[in-house]
Formats: sequence, structure tokens, C-alpha cells
Amino acid sequence: MNLRWWRRRRSLVCRQAVALMADYLEGRLEARDRVRLERHLADCPHCSEYLAQLRVTIDALGRAEPSALQDEALDELVALYRGWRADPTDA
Amino acid sequence: MAAAFVLASAPVDEDGVLVDRLRAGDEGAFAELVRRYQPRLLRLAEGTVGRNAGAQEGTQDTWLAVVRGVDRFEGRSSFKTWLFHILLNRARSAQYREQRAGRPDDMVDERFDAGGAWASPPEPWADRADDRLVAAQLADRVQNLLPQLPYAQRQVIVLRDVEGLPPSEVALLLGLTDGNQRVLLHRGRARLRHLLAEEVVPS
Repeated sequence: MNLRWWRRRRSLVCRQAVALMADYLEGRLEARDRVRLERHLADCPHCSEYLAQLRVTIDALGRAEPSALQDEALDELVALYRGWRADPTDA
Repeated sequence: MAAAFVLASAPVDEDGVLVDRLRAGDEGAFAELVRRYQPRLLRLAEGTVGRNAGAQEGTQDTWLAVVRGVDRFEGRSSFKTWLFHILLNRARSAQYREQRAGRPDDMVDERFDAGGAWASPPEPWADRADDRLVAAQLADRVQNLLPQLPYAQRQVIVLRDVEGLPPSEVALLLGLTDGNQRVLLHRGRARLRHLLAEEVVPS
């Protein structure tokens, strides 16, 4: 039991590291798990790359612009507004 | 000096000012709010009922509810959150509610061997996003990949990562527990990462 068991318990395998990344990215990982994950990341280029790709994905989502408003769509909604103003009981 | 600063820094009305004008029956304020938020509202609607006529109709219903209910809007949340709240309340369908978050350990799929190490490690490409052009393309691509997510994941991703709403507001808007929101968020992100990788790394 012993040292090997103790070390296994303390160090993460990649599968566990990936499972912790969600909370890590949210900044809500407990200090102990954060240290374990960061230690794993320092030694594991694959998990580091995976985390970097998740960050790139989140960053890309934050910069995604919605499709531009079509003129017709604006006109249609303004017409709807006018209709409601003309007769608020109708719509 | 101070006056010049105010003039220079306030070229557009805040949402609150527009809402006040809307209360007073100002059509221009309505049009400006539509310009500002209809594209986002439609994106959320499409993430809720799919890209179809229903999404468009859902946004129209929402704007009607806005003009009818603007007197009751107290400004306790942002206008954007109120708008999303109206849409989501209307769209809350059986289809959406049936989507459960699933068990947290589903989050990790079969990419690992029995010992928990990567079976096929991710191909490296993250550093390419340091290039501004590539980053812009990725933002474009990821938007087009959103429809490939299940609705529940897509709603959480749109509200959290695209619209940048805090977890507490998203929990209220979608009626999700904290844990379910995290699972859906992480699954959605992982799925999008996977889809982006397929595009970035030619197989």
C-alpha cells in the first residue's frame, strides 16, 4: 500500500484531468484538485493541448457575431408595433 | 471639459433610456431596441426551437410581449436578460424539457484507454488561434457549428459563452440546477472543440 497506492491516489490520469477541466475553467475547482490538475498539466502535453483548445473554443464563442438584421425583418417588427399601437387589444 | 467628455462618450442611448422612451410610445426607440437585440434574440430562438419559421414567430411574440409589458419591466435585470426570459418562457416546450443533462461521468467519453491515458491524443492546433485571422475564422465557424449541438447544450452555450451571462442568470432563465448547467456547458464546449478540430485538422 504504501507509496505506490498513495502516489496513484495523488496523481491524476488524463481521463481524470479532463473531467476536472470544466470546473477548472469556471474557476471553481477546490484548491487541492487545482494543484493536482496543474501538476498533471505541467507534465502532460496532450492534456495541456486539450485545455488550450477548449479555451480557444470558448474564446471563439465569445466573439461570434449574430447574423445581421435584415431590413425586411426590422420593417416587419415595426409594422407589428404600429399594429399594436393602433389597437392594443388586438394583438 | 466635463461636458465635452459626456457628449463624446454618450453617442448612443443606454438600454434604460430606450426603454423609457418605449414606455412613452416612441417608435424610434422600439426600432433601435430591435436593431440591437433581434439578431441575438433570433439566435437564441433558433437554439431553442431550431432554425425554422417557429423561431422567427417566437421573436415576434416576444417583441409584442415587450411592448405590452414594458410598464412592468422594473430594470432589476438587464433589458437583454428580460427579453431572453420572455422568449424562453414562451418557448419552453416539451421537446426542451425532455432533454436531461445526463450523468456527469458521461462527460468523459471513450477517448481514453483502460488506464485512463489518451487513446488518441488531440492533434495540436490551439496555437494557430494566436493568428488574428485564424481566430476570426474560428469565431465564424463555431457559430455555424452551434446547430449541431442538442438544444439543451446549445441554449446554455449561447447564454453563457456567446452572450456572456453569469451562471446565476442562466440558471434562472433555463430553470436548471447548477450541476446540470455545468454538465451541459462542458459537454457543449467539448463537442464544439471536437467539431472545430475536425475542421482545423484535415483528416
